[in-house]
Formats: sequence, C-alpha cells, structure tokens
Amino acid sequence: MSKLSIRNVEKTFPGRNNTAPTRALEPTSLEVADNDFITILGPSGCGKSTLLRIVAGLETPSAGEVLLEGKAVSGPGPDRGMVFQSYTLFPWLTVRDNVCFGLRERGLPRAEQLAVADRFLAQVGLKGFENHHPAQLSGGMQQRTALARALANDPKMLLLDEPFGALDHQTRELMQELLLGIWEADRKTVMFVTHDIDEAIFMASRVVVMSARPGRIKCDIPIELPHPRSYKVKTTPEFAAYKERLTEEIRVETIKAVTMER
Amino acid sequence: MSPLFTPLKPVAPALRTVLGISCFVLFFLGWGIATYGGFVKPLFLASPGDTLAAGIALFREFGFAEDIAVTVWRVFAGFVMAAALAVPLGILMGAFKPVEGFFEAFVSFARYLPASAFIPLLILWAGVGELQKILVIFIGSVFQLVIMVTVIVSGIRTDLVEAAYTLGAKRDGVVLRVLLPAAAPQIFEALRLVLGWAWTYVIVAELVGASRGIGHMIIDAQRFLDTGQMIFGIFVIGVIGLITDLLFRALNARLFPWAKGR
Repeated sequence: MSKLSIRNVEKTFPGRNNTAPTRALEPTSLEVADNDFITILGPSGCGKSTLLRIVAGLETPSAGEVLLEGKAVSGPGPDRGMVFQSYTLFPWLTVRDNVCFGLRERGLPRAEQLAVADRFLAQVGLKGFENHHPAQLSGGMQQRTALARALANDPKMLLLDEPFGALDHQTRELMQELLLGIWEADRKTVMFVTHDIDEAIFMASRVVVMSARPGRIKCDIPIELPHPRSYKVKTTPEFAAYKERLTEEIRVETIKAVTMER
Repeated sequence: MSPLFTPLKPVAPALRTVLGISCFVLFFLGWGIATYGGFVKPLFLASPGDTLAAGIALFREFGFAEDIAVTVWRVFAGFVMAAALAVPLGILMGAFKPVEGFFEAFVSFARYLPASAFIPLLILWAGVGELQKILVIFIGSVFQLVIMVTVIVSGIRTDLVEAAYTLGAKRDGVVLRVLLPAAAPQIFEALRLVLGWAWTYVIVAELVGASRGIGHMIIDAQRFLDTGQMIFGIFVIGVIGLITDLLFRALNARLFPWAKGR
C-alpha cells in the first residue's frame, strides 16, 4: 500500500468579479511510497503548490481524493508536517516555544515538550538559539526552526513548499544537505515542491515534473544516485545527465507558460 | 536638496529631540509675543505668565487636583468599560465572519453617532451623575474600538494560521494562541489611539451638568472671563494625554518586544 495516494485530484478556483474560473490542476494521480523523497518540479503557476496544499488539507480539491495510509484527507492535521516558503514562525514565541507549538496543542507535558524541542533543534544545528525570537534569526535559521517545528510533531509525512526559495544560493545548498541528511537518517516520507532543477535532483528519490497551467504530471523520473549523497554528487556525469533531461522538460513548459501570459 | 530632507531618511535621535523641543519653544515664543507685546487683549488671551499664575492659584485655592482626579477617573472608567466589551467582540468579529456579518453594519452605523449628541438623552436616562459622564466616553469609544480590533484581527497573516493548523491546532487554539497574540501589539496601539479620543469626550460631557472635573472648571472660568484658567485647564489635558501616551508606548515596548520595528 502506498503511503500517500493522490487520486484524480483536480482544482478549479472560482472566478471573481465576472472573470472566468482558473483551472489550476488537471485531474492528477500520484502514488507516494513509504520513505520516498519526491520532488515536484515545475515552472511557476503550474499548480505544484496547489497540489501540495491539497495534500496538506489547506485547499479542498474540486474533485478526486487524497488518501494518507488509506484514510481520506479532509483537512489540515499534525500527521502532515509542513514548511512554507514564507517565514511562518510565530514571532511572539522563542525558537524553542515555536518548536513546542504542536506538542503543546497536543497537550504533551511541558518537560516532554522541551526535551523533544531541544533534540530537534540540535538536529537542525540551532543549539544555543533556543531563547532567540524569530526576528533575531537569519532566513536560513528561521527555516531550520520551521523544519524542526514540523519534525517535532513526528508527522507521517513532511510537505515542503519551496522552503528554501527565499534564501541565497549558498545557504540554500547547505539547507538541502541538512534536509537530505535528516531524510537519510530516518527516511520520513517527503514531498518537496521546487522550481530549482539542481535542488530537485539532489535530494529526490523521484522527480515529478509538472506541466504549465493547467497543471498535470508530465513525467516521473526515479533518481538513482547512491546514498549518502554529498554535495559532490552535483558534479558527476550521472547528475548532469538527469539535469540535461529535466532542463529540456522544464524549458518546454516554461516557454508554454510565458507565451500563455502574453 | 539638503541631505536632511531625503524622503523617509531618519534623523539622529539628538536632532529629533532638539526639533521637538524647538516647536514648543516657538509656540511659547509666539504666544509671549502676542500677549506681552500687546497685540492681543488680556481679556481674550492670557499671557504665559498669567496662565501659570492662574494654574498655581487653581491648585492652591480651588482644589484643582481633585478636578483632575475626577476627570481621570471618568475617562479611565468609561474607557475600561469600552475596552472590556470592544476587544473581545472585535476579536470574535475578526475571527468569525458570521459574527462580523451580524454586527458590522450596525457598528459602522453606530460609530458615526456623535457621542456628544447622546448627552441630553443620557442625562434623561442616567441623571447628571458619574454614570452619565462615563457612558458618554463609553459610547464614544466602544464602536470605534470594535471596528479597529476587527480590522486588526482580520488582517493577521493567513500563513501563520495555516502553519498552526498543520501543527495540529484546532479552532480554539488558532484563536487563542495565534490570532490573539499576533494581534495583541496592534490592539494595544488601537487602545492608545482611542484613549486619546476618550479625552475629548470627557470634556464635552463635563461642559454640561457637572459639578467637578476639568471641563467643569473651564466652564466656570468662562463665567469670570478668566482666560488664564481656561488655557491652563486645556494645557493640563494635553499634558495628561502626553503622559498616558508615553506610558502606553513604554508598556507596549515592554509587553511586546518581539513586535519592535514593525
């Protein structure tokens, strides 16, 4: 049985003020196996974020259904941890209390909350920053905290919506290595949305390419690079071959998307 | 163009203080020239010296401190009553759109009703005692505050709310532990603004049918054409306003250090 089944999910946003409704997602089906690291790659506006938000339960599909471990998803919940592109740490809470947030909502005793929070903060390399407020942290540190906050809930799946999109290139590469290291350690099922081809290949066990609006899955490419992967894999011929193929796939879609806008 | 007058460019704190004081100095200078220079008759405008003398006499001979205490108490009581109703209602209206739908039209209508126009009615209903004065302030503040709090809560970033849902928060958790703390600094700021308006209502209330209070003193002084006392009374209101403003700001900075510079 798949960890996650996306079955004929489609999404149309209703038009506002007499404009035509927007078709964001064509009927889409996708099976995600346990321990998979799936990256969803596509040009902007291809509905990849919409698909992820439907899995998260933050959007309701116009048709179709999403099953997590065989149970239909009907709304957001702590079994699907999410990291957003925007910085969504609660600015009034310290780093530690941000990580405790989900545990507190679940009613875990405070001592246990703190133990879990400190473990995950150490895992993302933020030991010593527990009592900082988000505004005192760099963008990369904020997203690391957001990752720790999602992981602390021990979700069945991790959903990431271009979480490193706002970071500079160097920080972004370090974050990819950090996330990949965490995945290699406990193989939590991950769905990661990005428009960055290198990022998609480097971390994934499967890259799912989406077409320009309305979005649908164009191809599904298993990445057979060995684990553990270091950053050095990015300069290997195998990596370059994947990159060449995906660049072609994405380029066609981007050109389509650009000409549609005209 | 002078570099000092570059749009949005901050000035040094010391220069800022000097500028702020200069405005006061210029004001008193203009006042002094107009009165001591004999350009305005003392009957219409007392000189700064006469005003100060009138003020000292007010405290020494007419128990002005008690008037101030009575007025401060009225403002405080009316304002606390308004806040106690408006803040929870505004939070409910901001968070739950059916509640907003029910109240919004009525509150928008009610906030245009001038509080001073209620004075004759309130005298009929509540007599000329304390309750009537307090109710004027209550009516003048409560509807404004409800609308402001509603707008603040409605404007809380939805991605923070979505993050809370994906961490397992339920409805009450989102309202109490996301919307409320996120809105708190701005609600505090709204209270500061509305308190300033409450001061203008109390004086109006005291101009009619009061036996104590700053407004009553000003009306009394008018009977004797004592412009010194009138001006001193108005000044005291300004000073009290300035002090409460500074207290609110200091308290805001202390309670919500994380919101600094937003």
